[in-house]
Amino acid sequence: MSANRIVVDPVTRIEGHLRIEAEVKDGKIVDAWSAGTMVRGIELILKDRDPRDAWAFCERVCGVCTTVHALASVRAVEDAIGMKVPPAAELIRNIMYCTQTVQDHVIHFYHLHALDWVDVVSALKADPKEASRIAQSISKWPKSSPAYFADLQKRLTGFVQSGQLGIFANGYWGHPAFKLPPEVNLIGVAHYLEALEWQKEIIKVHAIFGGKNPHPNYLVGGAPCSFNLDEVNAINAERLAMVGKLLKDARDFVEQVYYPDLLAVAPFYLDWAGIGGGLENYLSYGDLPTNGFSNVESYKFRRGAILGRNLNELHAVDPRDTKDGIEERIDRAWYHHADGSTTGGRHPWAGETNLKYTGPKPPYDFLNVDDKYSWLKTPRWKGHAMEVGPLSRMLIGFAGNDTEIKEAVVEALGALKAPPTALFSTLGRTAARGIEARLTAKWNLEFFDSLLALLKAGDTRTFTKELWDPITWPTECRGVGTSEAPRGALAHYIVIKDRKIQNYQMVVPTTWNASPRDGQGQRSAYEASLIGTPVHDPKQPLEIIRTIHSFDPCLACAVHLYEGGHEIGHHDLLVK
Amino acid sequence: MKAVVETVPTVYEQLTSRGVSRRDFLRFCAATGAALGLQHSAVAQIAKALETKKRVPVVWLHFQECTGCSESFLRTSHPIVADILLDKVSLDYSETLQAASGHQAEAALQDTITKYRGEYLMLVEGAVPVSHDGCYCVVGGRTALDRVKEVAAGAKAIIAWGNCAGSGGVQAAKPNPTESVPVHALIKDKPVVNVQGCPPIAEVMSGVLVHLLTFDRLPQLDALGRPKAFYSRRVHDTCYRRANFDAGLFVESFDDENAKKGYCLYKVGCKGPTTYAACGTIRWNEGTSYPIQSGHPCLGCTEAKFWDNGPFYQRLSNIPGYGIEANADKIGTGVGAAVVAGLGTHAVLTNFRKRHDIGEHPGENAEQVERAEAADTPPPASDHQI
Repeated sequence: MSANRIVVDPVTRIEGHLRIEAEVKDGKIVDAWSAGTMVRGIELILKDRDPRDAWAFCERVCGVCTTVHALASVRAVEDAIGMKVPPAAELIRNIMYCTQTVQDHVIHFYHLHALDWVDVVSALKADPKEASRIAQSISKWPKSSPAYFADLQKRLTGFVQSGQLGIFANGYWGHPAFKLPPEVNLIGVAHYLEALEWQKEIIKVHAIFGGKNPHPNYLVGGAPCSFNLDEVNAINAERLAMVGKLLKDARDFVEQVYYPDLLAVAPFYLDWAGIGGGLENYLSYGDLPTNGFSNVESYKFRRGAILGRNLNELHAVDPRDTKDGIEERIDRAWYHHADGSTTGGRHPWAGETNLKYTGPKPPYDFLNVDDKYSWLKTPRWKGHAMEVGPLSRMLIGFAGNDTEIKEAVVEALGALKAPPTALFSTLGRTAARGIEARLTAKWNLEFFDSLLALLKAGDTRTFTKELWDPITWPTECRGVGTSEAPRGALAHYIVIKDRKIQNYQMVVPTTWNASPRDGQGQRSAYEASLIGTPVHDPKQPLEIIRTIHSFDPCLACAVHLYEGGHEIGHHDLLVK
Repeated sequence: MKAVVETVPTVYEQLTSRGVSRRDFLRFCAATGAALGLQHSAVAQIAKALETKKRVPVVWLHFQECTGCSESFLRTSHPIVADILLDKVSLDYSETLQAASGHQAEAALQDTITKYRGEYLMLVEGAVPVSHDGCYCVVGGRTALDRVKEVAAGAKAIIAWGNCAGSGGVQAAKPNPTESVPVHALIKDKPVVNVQGCPPIAEVMSGVLVHLLTFDRLPQLDALGRPKAFYSRRVHDTCYRRANFDAGLFVESFDDENAKKGYCLYKVGCKGPTTYAACGTIRWNEGTSYPIQSGHPCLGCTEAKFWDNGPFYQRLSNIPGYGIEANADKIGTGVGAAVVAGLGTHAVLTNFRKRHDIGEHPGENAEQVERAEAADTPPPASDHQI
């Protein structure tokens, strides 16, 4: 049987515009291409602006993982000009980071990923009493009575009978790849709706410290808020009490709803522990500094790389290595270099790029995948394709013998009676996210306690004034700000000249994972993970989106361009 | 799961079918009215509307955006988003939430725009790049340009969410590499409501939607196409720190003694004096806070082209007809008689300007109209029946 090309575009329940083309033969994917189909040019827009403003532009790269680009940006500027932030500001940033990670992971599990595993229509056939019994057997979460599930089922039935199925229209209901009993499906729908309410609550932490969410405010040199325990117009005991309550609520939901659901659903899908593994290399820059961003040793999430799934060896990663480190290649992406070359790569501080679309003229049915086919560039570390994200962070913590991470991973594997190799899969990626949510929810409370202790000891400083004025900066400097975004390793590179942005480059998690193959034909993570994925019905791409969603795609993040040196080279953009 | 559309029940029927009592239904209507700032007499109107209407089909398109507007919408507290999705609208296309992908998603969109031609609401998140025949944003093999025109043709009304759909947003900041334009620049024959902000406040988004669903007409719009209900007051005039501005009490540097007392952020770049938004009144995340309350100056994100109005930490100057700069300088520096004199002058000017600015016709002061013209925005479509 010859291969059959299928197209999934748009891939929904993600951030941004992603297209997957795949070839299916004998019920399995034999090749796949991942394409980002939207570009904005944020880095070009950043040129010549005040570096202290960059965080606001960068934050708008993504509204789902909002804050992570702002954080990486202020770190990049601080790194370039040699600024250190006060301990309280570091703790505020860590609390905002953990809150974001926990909220984002829960939203991903229930609102972006669950409908790949939970059959909403099947929930109509559930016995509410049995659903209640199951719910109470896996968690002490109070919303679990038979009446609660009966009410929900009645509401859902009314909704379906209305004939207007809204977001559930044309779903893959009844597909044989759905394996959950009706009662577990009903619990899933209940928690989908509860998580919708929960997420808007716990993110109020961002409003307290940053004024709003999405897109809270950040500040080069610290945090914009001030503490004054004797003033209503500052962060005082009332505001702190609210933060404390929200962080506890966040942890309770993860411990009593998200994690138990994950453990309840996974046993029905253990076949997916053998599907979707893809690459064998994992990368993390690390994050959550406990003694300054420049002190990598103090991070809660470790920095490092794993090659060939060898968990006995952790490789050192240096984002500043311009010789043999990170580079972004344009072999299969719609860019060219100012010297006319259309392939090859550059280290983010030294490169340059111009948009040049050479794909088919829209409307099109297929991309020309033998040529360039995406707006995503292709990042490589020492020439290797790397997977980034929660799975990478958990594996690197595991390989680095981090006690907390190791214990959490072992506990989850034990509960699922699965071997460590089960992690290298679609299911493993989804499980790692849940494990990580537990850790970050717990650490969040620890950071909060540390903040209270600091304030009690009298250190309320949130901002370093000394280097705020650009007149104090060197004429030329460059920096890198790294973070571990919910979706993985994130790095912002900045070159500052004459107190303005000369060059700005973001190497983003989804760029690592969703990028096109490189000139050597090495696939990146999405494409690699799709090989071998079963497809029951080529008209219904349920299995494809399962694996793609396990990465939690964020395409607006992934697509960007930068320009470096003195060659603006955007005549291609401006001259039609 | 194919169901018969002819039997579509009303919102009231759906609510009662899931066990909601008449009494609770009316309470829900009252809460909705309160959220919109309506008199109690309007509650009966809301109840009637919900008793007799089917869920309105809605399609939500994504172009050059960050999904921050979708995320903000998910944060709405009244109504909560689950109730909007299950009881109030039929969100038939949403790349963020819908179960189906690819061909099934596209089919859902086509079904709605065919079956409900002239009846569906079109919500747009993101700007549309027009350079190079639109190749910079392609969804389902078709350009954003194609899609926005196709879907707009049958829409009853259009809501442009956020600064991107409303004025081009961050990608339209200089040098606007992909020639991104807002929705109203492309669609001239349909009412477009610009719900501005980066992103807009959640309850402003749901409030505008509830207004459309309940009253079957557009809210009154200002010269920038923004609903007056949420965009007719300057952040400066509704700011709880305003008294500090009037008294000449300013933050000079972040986290200084004045910041710790919550003084006015004007000197560290606050754009509140030129920004029309509900941040000072509705606030963010169910009223928890807003940027100024947390200690950061307003970026001015509800205004067209705000990305190019920076740098963000530089104090405003040359505000047409206001002269705040001069007054703030006089008041904020030095001691003695000059300050007292400055204070007096400032207070008089402030009061005069407040009256001028707050005015009897909110949102229609000369400055705003002038800026709207400069920004090439559409004429207001106030009271447009839909």
